[in-house]
Formats: sequence, C-alpha cells, structure tokens
Amino acid sequence: MSSPSVGKIPQVGAAAGSSPSAVIPEAPARIEVEHLNFFYGTRQALYDITLKLQSNHVTALIGPSGCGKSTFLRTLNRMYEAQRNTRLEGRILLDGESILEMDVVALRRRVGMVFQKPNPFPKSIFENVAYGLRINGYEGKLSDAVERSLRRAALWDEVKDQLQKSAHALSGGQQQRVCIARALAVNPEVLLLDEPCSALDPVSTAKIEELLFQLKETCTVVIVTHNMQQAARVSELTAFLLDGRMIEYNPTPQLFTRPSDPRTEAYITGRFG
Amino acid sequence: MNARRRFRKVTNAVMLTVTGLCALFAVGVMVGILGFLVWQGAGALNWDFFTKLPTPVGVRGGGMANAIVGTGKLLLLASLIGLPIGFLSGIYLSEFGSRPSGFVIRYVTDLLNGVPSIVIGIFAYAVVVVPMKSFSTLAGGFALGVMMVPIIVRSTEESLRSVPLGLREASVALGASRSTTIRRVVVPAAFRGILTGMMLALARVAGETAPLLFTAFGNRDWSTGWANPIASLPVMIYDYAISPFEDWHRQAWAAGLVLLGLVLLTNIAARFLLMGRAAEAER
Repeated sequence: MSSPSVGKIPQVGAAAGSSPSAVIPEAPARIEVEHLNFFYGTRQALYDITLKLQSNHVTALIGPSGCGKSTFLRTLNRMYEAQRNTRLEGRILLDGESILEMDVVALRRRVGMVFQKPNPFPKSIFENVAYGLRINGYEGKLSDAVERSLRRAALWDEVKDQLQKSAHALSGGQQQRVCIARALAVNPEVLLLDEPCSALDPVSTAKIEELLFQLKETCTVVIVTHNMQQAARVSELTAFLLDGRMIEYNPTPQLFTRPSDPRTEAYITGRFG
Repeated sequence: MNARRRFRKVTNAVMLTVTGLCALFAVGVMVGILGFLVWQGAGALNWDFFTKLPTPVGVRGGGMANAIVGTGKLLLLASLIGLPIGFLSGIYLSEFGSRPSGFVIRYVTDLLNGVPSIVIGIFAYAVVVVPMKSFSTLAGGFALGVMMVPIIVRSTEESLRSVPLGLREASVALGASRSTTIRRVVVPAAFRGILTGMMLALARVAGETAPLLFTAFGNRDWSTGWANPIASLPVMIYDYAISPFEDWHRQAWAAGLVLLGLVLLTNIAARFLLMGRAAEAER
C-alpha cells in the first residue's frame, strides 16, 4: 500500500493467470482477505481466497449460481455465524483489524448488508430506518438521522409525507431502498449487497445502480450479482468466482474486455453459467 | 371425446355438490347450535340472570351472577398460568428448539394436548385440592391453565416459525443480538397469529366442564378469595341440565347462550384490536 490514489481506477491488474490471488495494487484497502477457506460442515465452499477490497470503490462479485459469492459476502460481516456447523479459516481485516476478533455488533455496524429479497420489517418506514439506531442506543435526533438516510438512499422525496405508513405498502424497488436506508442509517464504512436487484423491475434496478455511484463516495461497496451487465455498469473492480475459488480479480473494464483467465472468458461470453 | 367431456362435467357437478353440502353442514351445525340456544335460552335471559344468585330449589327466578363472575375469575387465573408459560415455551421451541430438547418438548406438548380433560382435572385435584384440603378457584384455574399451555405453545411456535428468515437476517445484520431480534422483530411480526392462538386456547377452556368438577367444584353462593369452591357457567349448565326442573333447564340453555356470547365477544374484541394495530401500521 504505497501510493494511495483514492477514487482512481487502477489500470493494470496483475495478469496472474489462474492464480487465485491476483492483486490489484495502488489503492488503500478497506478490507483485506487472506487465505480464506470456508466450510459448511465438511463441505468446503471457499478455497484460499485472497483479495483486497478498496476504499470508496464498488467491487462486484460475479460467478455462476453456487460458486460461493454469497457465502464470501457473508463472511465479511460474519453473517455465516447464524448458521450451524460453519467454519472459517484464514484472516479478514477491516482497516487492518481482524474482524474475527472484533465484537460482532461493532463489526456489523461498520459493515452493513442489503439482501436479495427486499426484507423491510412489518413496521412503518420511519421505524424501519430507525431500527438500527434504536438498538444501538443512538443519542441524536432520530428524525434527522432517518431523513438523512432516506435521502442517501434516494427515497426521501417519494416517502417524506408518509413516513408512518407501513413499509410493506411500498413497491418492491422502494422497499429495497428502505432496506438500503436502514443499512445506511448506522453509517457503515462498508456496504454489502447480495444481488439487491434480482427481485426488481428494470426501472427500480436503474435507480439502485445510480444510487451505488453516489454511495461509494462515503462507503466501500461490495455487490454480488449474476447479472454481468450490472457488474459492468456499476463496478470498478470485479472478482470472478468459480466453484469456491477466485479465478480472477481485475478492474472491471479489463475483466470484461481482456480477461486474463480462459475460464473468465468462457463465463462472460456465456459459454456456461 | 364427447363421453369423456360429459364424464368430466358430471364428476365436476357431483364433487361440487358433495363439497358444498359438507361445507353447508359444518356451517349448519354452528347455526343450529346458536339457533337452538337462542330459541331455548333467550326466554330465561333477563337482568336477574346476570345480577342475581341462584335461588333454592323450588323458588322460581334467580340468576347466575356468581357463575358468570366465577368463569371470569377461573379464566383470568388460567390465563395468568397458561399465557406466559405457553408463549415463552413457544419462543423456546421456535427459536432454540431444533435441538433434541426441542423434539422432546414438542412431543410431550402434543401428548399433553391429547390428555383427556377429565384426567387433567384429576391431576389438578391431586396436586392442588388434596394438599389444600379444599376445592378452590386456584385448583380450577390451575387445571384450565394447564389445558391452555399446549395449545398456546404450538400456535405460538407456528406463528414465530412463519416469520421469514429475511427479517431475522436483516435485524442481525444491523448488529442486533438474537434476543433483541426476537423481541423487536420476530414477535411483533408474528403477533397476530400468537394472539389468535391465545384467543383460541381461551375459548377452548372457557367451556370445559370436566376439569372443574372436582377442582373448582361449584358454589350456589358467591365465592370469596381464591381458596374456596367457585361456581362456573359450564358446571352450572351441567348441574341444571340434569336436574328434573323445567325452569332450571331453561336457565341451563341461557347459561349456554351467555357462555357462547362471552367467547364470541372476546374473539371479536381481539380481532378488533388487531385490526386497529394493522390499520395503524398501514397509515
């Protein structure tokens, strides 16, 4: 980590062939993953993954269904701990600090998550966004924080007059933005999105993609998608996973135009997956 | 082809008729009971019925005020026992219950649900009446409370289980602990179902007679405190219905009507409250 060039897309990725740890140089890393192995019971789901997620960038994780991209995402905020019989080996550092030794509440406040299916609580829009603040004993003015979060999620203008309405009364796209606002309310440094648009129509998808652009100014964004066009549109860096292994990690334009691994090329040209 | 089409049409008509008739029968029984109660009992319903004590044999008039209050007291006690135990066990089963202990508890709960109510009565007799050396409100309330537990356990568990995983994950991902998630997300989301289960359990035990026969026993007078025998509508109905007196029979019908009315009222009140809550969330 020698010369920090925040916001600039690194131009050259190490053309590391099939090496799973192709490293992108030249930007400060928010999250560093080192030799990560992950197991569901005896079945290994991730193999020796090493990568750095750069500050204030959008990183996309692509790969066919079951390749481990969601599993990988869920290691970053230790969501896997909710499932029994899971085991993790290796190191994950957030700002140089191991997340495995961190208090899980503190970790999840710093690393927010948005899920595949919009999952607002059956409460009012206001209470949805305020939830994370309430349970963390927020001492400021809730209404200000809620407004700020809804603005950041580009939803404020649509809902400002109906904050007490049930979040379930909103459209799918709006619900997903409520979920984004809910995650943003606690001011996370990193935002993990697990196929956030797969249940949404194209217009809502476009809104959320646009939103990701603004979010990276304040957050490090990691998005799992199996829509390759989406990865190409929203991300600066893309990692391609296959069967639990990271095949290639490169700047998005490069990965999609000059993939360094034949398997990446096969996937992005639609020969499998 | 034509024959097949006709066959289908006939089958359709027959099945439609059969299912329709069965549904009609189910509704008909309820309407019949209600109609019969009103027809036989409404005549004996008057202000005295709700405010006066039973009269001695041979004296006309009188009411069942003590039995109405008695049923209320018994149900209150039963709820105090059954609701918290049932609710908390339901939470345990749904949230922590996939371990072997969960299996055992679930199984035993189902067994308890199948225990004949008279046996529950004997049990309450043995553990409350015998040591206290007296029939009592406590014993009756205890017996009814025990009966409520398994119904509430299973309905609470089912309601909690039907809360989507996504909601729990969303809460946990925001840094909420498991208990916070259960308290602030899962239970509120399942509240409607949980309350419905509780109402069902209450309605179910409100009409129970057998467990009260040798626990609460009965009382022709007001019962003071919680340690004395107490009158209840179901036992009163039983006593009056098997008596040889014409006007007692009518009062038994009236008591049945009142009991049904009470259950119905509680049910409607709960629905109403729930609707209020739902409307509040919709605003």
